[in-house]
Amino acid sequence: MSELPVSLGRLILYIAVMAVVTYLIRMIPFTLFRRQIRSRFLRSFLSYMPYAVLGAMTFPGIFYATSSFPSALAGTVVALVLAFFRRSLLTVALSACGAALLTQCLIQFLL
Amino acid sequence: MSAAVLEFFVKIQQNHSYREGLRDGVPIALGYLSVSFGFGIAAVSAGLTPLFALLISLTNVTSAGQAAGLSIIAAGGPMIEMALTQLVINVRYALMAISLTQRVDDSFTRPWRAIGAFTITDEIFAVASTKPGRVGVRYFSGLSLLPYLGWAAGTLLGALAGQLLPTLISGALGIMLYGMFLAIIVPPARRERGVLVAVLSAVALSCLFRYLPFLSFVSSGFALIISAVVGACVAALLCPMDAPADETGDSDTGCEPSQEVRHE
Repeated sequence: MSELPVSLGRLILYIAVMAVVTYLIRMIPFTLFRRQIRSRFLRSFLSYMPYAVLGAMTFPGIFYATSSFPSALAGTVVALVLAFFRRSLLTVALSACGAALLTQCLIQFLL
Repeated sequence: MSAAVLEFFVKIQQNHSYREGLRDGVPIALGYLSVSFGFGIAAVSAGLTPLFALLISLTNVTSAGQAAGLSIIAAGGPMIEMALTQLVINVRYALMAISLTQRVDDSFTRPWRAIGAFTITDEIFAVASTKPGRVGVRYFSGLSLLPYLGWAAGTLLGALAGQLLPTLISGALGIMLYGMFLAIIVPPARRERGVLVAVLSAVALSCLFRYLPFLSFVSSGFALIISAVVGACVAALLCPMDAPADETGDSDTGCEPSQEVRHE
């Protein structure tokens, strides 16, 4: 716990700047861009984008998402297998969590 | 099949309801709850009151941006640094917003877009834009509601009671969002080569940014943008998607909704 080095007014200004910049980044392209894109490359690029974003966010981040590498690895493997067999988002997410928790318990209480 | 009948069936398939959105939002909300819990803890230990931690989450709704913003506040940094940092870390949302404009239906009028834009996050964008059919205002509002509440609730809980939760549990919760990501990307990667190429090249780049010492100066926001953009470019070059007209066969000009038929 530490003391904040800024006044209340400045804190509110910080938050306002953060919020406005972040909102405008989302809002301007979403409201102003209304055409259907014709270019085959651009259309392909835009529809592959979400998968590329998720891939880059998941690896290697997933290996550091829990309190230890073995538990993260267990969660990753379980999630990959269940996702491969097309289980629902919630099933995969909760099972990954459960596998990580179980592995962490084993590490802490058995080793 | 006549164009009118085809259009009718396409319309039925495309109308994902509010309720369906709510359901798809549950895993995102649970994941957010655990991630923002961490933010709540960090905000309070930086010296913010729980109410201001909550205010940041309610007005920003972005994990990396908030974490960076918090460190600037804690250091009392210049306001321009705050603005530029948010711009760099969050500029990926602009790309996602443009991508999403190609998938929304006519119910997304300008005012609705201005409102909906507020909850374009990595996860909500990914779920909405990988959903078969067009994305309507109803579905998108349903999809956004629970994650938004989860993001706020997690922040407040973390700020108020962060120290009370056993680390055993809070540690395991961290993998939840990633599990959901895998559930989103693996099935289409099995089915479509282009998706597989996009994911694998983005993953490879993202790992290089993380592990190559001379690349580690690149901030995580930039690394994500570069990995995703290059990955999607590689896939678009190697496996360009068929023109919409090729997939439905009998559509007249090949424009508008038929491109969505590719999923399921």
